Amino acid sequence: MNDITKTLLSMISDISGEIKGAFNIREDSGCAGRQSTENVDIIPKVGQPGIDIIVKPNTKEKIYIPACVTKSNIDDLVYNDFYVGENADIVIVAGCGVHTDGEEDSQHNGIHRFFISKNARVRYEEKHIGIGEGTGKRIINPQTYIEMAEGSYMEMDTVQIKGVDSTKRDSKAILQANAKLVIKEKIMTHGDQYAETNFLVNLDGEDSGADLISRSVARGTSKQLFRSVINGNTRCTGHSECDAIIMDNGIVSAIPELTANNVDAALIHEAAIGKIAGEQLIKLMTLGLTSEEAEAKIVEGFLK
Amino acid sequence: MLELKNVSLSVEDEFQDNTTKEILRDVSIQVETGKFVVITGPNGGGKSTMAKMIAGILKPNQGQILLDGEDITNMDITERAKKGISFAFQQPVRFKGITVRDLINLAAGHEISDCEACAYLKEVGLCAREYIDREVNESLSGGEIKRIEIATVMARKTKLSIFDEPEAGIDLWSFNNLIDVFRSMRAEVKGSIIIISHQERILDIADEIIVLADGKISAKGKKEDVLPELLKEDCQYCIGGKAKRKGH
Repeated sequence: MNDITKTLLSMISDISGEIKGAFNIREDSGCAGRQSTENVDIIPKVGQPGIDIIVKPNTKEKIYIPACVTKSNIDDLVYNDFYVGENADIVIVAGCGVHTDGEEDSQHNGIHRFFISKNARVRYEEKHIGIGEGTGKRIINPQTYIEMAEGSYMEMDTVQIKGVDSTKRDSKAILQANAKLVIKEKIMTHGDQYAETNFLVNLDGEDSGADLISRSVARGTSKQLFRSVINGNTRCTGHSECDAIIMDNGIVSAIPELTANNVDAALIHEAAIGKIAGEQLIKLMTLGLTSEEAEAKIVEGFLK
Repeated sequence: MLELKNVSLSVEDEFQDNTTKEILRDVSIQVETGKFVVITGPNGGGKSTMAKMIAGILKPNQGQILLDGEDITNMDITERAKKGISFAFQQPVRFKGITVRDLINLAAGHEISDCEACAYLKEVGLCAREYIDREVNESLSGGEIKRIEIATVMARKTKLSIFDEPEAGIDLWSFNNLIDVFRSMRAEVKGSIIIISHQERILDIADEIIVLADGKISAKGKKEDVLPELLKEDCQYCIGGKAKRKGH
């Protein structure tokens, strides 16, 4: 494992020193370390890059699968499949760091598929970050596909705060009866960065529910696009929320698409895009902050 | 001591062909250190404008504002806050993601202990454990956010605290509690307190009362001298409108 990977790991996860439990650390399309446990098997795929992560029923563990790109001119593509057994309750710390040192672009395209069995619970944490002095663009394009069996629960927490020049995130999910999906996304773009988020959720099972929440800040001349498609195909609840602060010349588009294919589907979309309210700045200034400090505090809180 | 010397403020009235409308006309007041002063008067008389002007949110067109003899007329909101002026909004501002703890820390100017934060919240009648990590967002009721606003001002411990209609938007129970808060602030805080209020019970705990009507001071003086006239049905101070009074 090289030093840049170590730096990136500390930024995208809580990894430091020896990792207890199952993990797989991907570095520049190779493997910098892997460990299975009694209940979590991590097996490299044959014929294509990536791993299968097989979690036995009733397992309660934390699994680390970070990916790092440490130099320019790397085009990394990886397929990771998670099979989560019944009644398991796991935390997956993923995350991706891209460091460029030269003129060439580097990118990481992670394709993650989740097959979540009955009554299993998964918390998936993913932090994206880009660093390095190189002029090459740092690109991260995650694709996530989620199949949720009856009564399962998944919470996806994704954060991209700085340094990633371009990102296109596609997430698709199919939910069976009583399954619940919560996705929380936080994005900050600056310079001329571009971030695109596409959610597609099919609520197929009775009393299934999805909650898609995006909070973002677009500064400089950056652009963001948030598209959320929720199809309520039975008695179900769906909620999507896009809350964005625009600063400088940032641009944010929010495009909801809700389709109720059943009279008992209850679907809601909320979108609010605007600059920081003047009265918020004034309030913090009356506490002694300068307008710049107030602005920073408001953004920090918003993306917390 | 806070001093307003011949202060005037006018704004463009966008509803009347952008004609100039005078909100404050040649207003002079003095608020001595340690005094509890209530500014009252009819709606539209210029009370909130005056409070915002003292905090630096609005700038006067004419006149001077002095704090302990120093001219602060041209200082911005931040500078005045640092000089020791606190301002509690009539309609407190809500924030997504900023918690009660964050706001009290910012007000105090440093990270305060749970115990200290607890004391401020308890003072305004809120259970600290329940509120300290809540976001100051739409989920708080009008009464809750108002009390948090007052707690932030208390945490600043400044030489001058201004409260713009603290009674607005809160329920009766909260109001009773509020009177006690101001009573104890009056006893403990060494600085001056200015409250904009229509409430007889707040007027009743004032050292001095200033009546502002139609942009001018129509009366000022000790509570004992001003309050009796104010309580009359045909109060002579309330030119251009009747001072709205509510008794609880």
